[in-house]
Amino acid sequence: MIVVGYSADRFGTAALEQGITEAKRRSTNLLVINATKGDALADPRFAQAEEVHDVEDRLNQCGVEFELAQPIGADAADELLKAMEHDDAELLVVGIRHRSPVGKLLLGSVAQQVLLECPKPVLAVKPNEP
Amino acid sequence: MENLDWLIQGFGQAATPMNLLYAVIGVLLGTAVGVLPGIGPAMTVALLLPITYNVSPSAAFIMFAGIFYGGMYGGSTTSILLNTPGESSSVITAIEGNKMAKAGRAAQALATAAIGSFVAGAIGTLLLAAFAPVISRFAVTLGAPSYLAIMLLALVMVTAVLGSSKLRGAIALLLGLAIGIVGIDSLTGQPRATFGLPLLSDGIDIVVIAVAIFALGEALWVAAHLRRRPAEVIPVGRPWMSRHDFGRSWKPWLRGTAFGFPFGALPAGGAELPTFLSYVTEKKLSKHPEEFGHGAIEGVAGPEAANNASAAGTLVPMLSLGLPTNATAAVILAAFVSYGIQPGPTLFEKEPLLIWTLIASLFIGNFLLLVLNLPLAPLWAKLLRTPRPYLYAGILFFATLGALAVNVQWLDLALLLVFGLLGLMMRRFGLPVLPLIIGVILGPRIERQLRQSLQLGGGDWTSLFTEPVAIICYILIIVLLVTPLILRLFHRPEPDLVHASALEEHEEEQRVEKAGA
Repeated sequence: MIVVGYSADRFGTAALEQGITEAKRRSTNLLVINATKGDALADPRFAQAEEVHDVEDRLNQCGVEFELAQPIGADAADELLKAMEHDDAELLVVGIRHRSPVGKLLLGSVAQQVLLECPKPVLAVKPNEP
Repeated sequence: MENLDWLIQGFGQAATPMNLLYAVIGVLLGTAVGVLPGIGPAMTVALLLPITYNVSPSAAFIMFAGIFYGGMYGGSTTSILLNTPGESSSVITAIEGNKMAKAGRAAQALATAAIGSFVAGAIGTLLLAAFAPVISRFAVTLGAPSYLAIMLLALVMVTAVLGSSKLRGAIALLLGLAIGIVGIDSLTGQPRATFGLPLLSDGIDIVVIAVAIFALGEALWVAAHLRRRPAEVIPVGRPWMSRHDFGRSWKPWLRGTAFGFPFGALPAGGAELPTFLSYVTEKKLSKHPEEFGHGAIEGVAGPEAANNASAAGTLVPMLSLGLPTNATAAVILAAFVSYGIQPGPTLFEKEPLLIWTLIASLFIGNFLLLVLNLPLAPLWAKLLRTPRPYLYAGILFFATLGALAVNVQWLDLALLLVFGLLGLMMRRFGLPVLPLIIGVILGPRIERQLRQSLQLGGGDWTSLFTEPVAIICYILIIVLLVTPLILRLFHRPEPDLVHASALEEHEEEQRVEKAGA
């Protein structure tokens, strides 16, 4: 199983595309996780109904067996690490972005945490420059 | 003419660089708290009350005025972009505003709301400057019985007319009056409800109560409901509107102002009723009735103007009679008291420069809001992404600091906690906060006027009914309390007649109440 850390932006989309490619290559299934802590009134990285619909369309179309989860209330990094604890989870795909030191200090970095803490391989992808 | 002179002097006082800085801070802070649902201008002013110990009265009131008007602006942004009204007064705006935003017209909705608020605020402030001194001059001639009756009328209206449940309003009012009783009786010197604690003999400071109910209660409530599915924020650029939108907006702006100001100026205040009336009127008068329910610009322009005009209106009873009719006015009044300024009809005589500076700063704040809000709208929308634990940690810090700063005694912190829990319970059981805070402020004053009247009348209760104004007020109170009962007796409410938008409003209101706003 490939786990994809999805966010509703181009970084998440890049991770999703790479996840699909990997799932096809390894002929395995896909778990797409779009988590939010849910402690702010608005979280632009959390996919709303329309975006969820788009993601499902894309996944249906690529023919890979998939599952889409949107857990609320837990830290996104913890949610991904928990999913990677499954025995059949073989690879985690995340999108990474530039973060200022202050930004990291205040809000932390999901990518950094999973890269350092996940015992299994993590694939970090960057979107093409717009 | 005399008033105009004073107003010009007020502008002179308000336009000094230092005071302008306070105006800008107030306006920015007000908009920010208005944008965030649950945190309103009342809470912000309550949290800032301790600064009144260090800052000159005019600077503090200039800032509070900015927060007061800013909160109105900010609330509309949230209504339009998030469909979660930031303030109860912008509930109606959400109906059409959010539909407009979803249809890709968020920029126009924000523009008509901002410009409409500016127009209504400017006209409302002008009317305030014209009427408040007149009413105040009339009010000075009133005796204690009339003043008592007017305050009772305000209490009844705030409790029974506003809000969805009379019983809940009455419970909240009773709590407020009970808190107001604590302390040494000014006439007989007996301690009342002090529980043998000497520290309580001075009464409970209004700052502690306001901070506890507004800030601590809300923080605890949010902590109990922290994790939620994030709402969808509609992305927006810089607000703008076309000539066509402008043509459709200016009449609703003026009509909304006409609805809002009188309702605000009544001793019951509140922006819910005029915004609703404005919405219904615009729907009726619109040349595009089919657009209503799908994002009609008139449905944003009218109610937004109405809520700002009513905000200006609520300052009329506050400045001319010392009667607070909304939560923010109540807390600002508490600030007057903490400066040793006695709110009441004599305010215009005793502190003319301060009052006119306040009015002038309303004009300035209103203008600043327009200038700041049009370009800053996308930034305000970003504010909604702030993780609430950070936000409320800050609020709790300032709440505690503020409560301690009042008298620097441990009892105030204990009281803060007790009343904070009370605030949480009130939100839990849907009790409105406004009657409580008004009860705390007006309760002791009502008591003083009552006993003064009775003393003057030699203990004769009929002396309460000797002045015509008093009699009119008592008749109004009876009418207000009895009419709904009679109406209910004679014809059962027919569900068919309830307007669809009225239902929607009710649901929206409940949602706001649940959110603890």
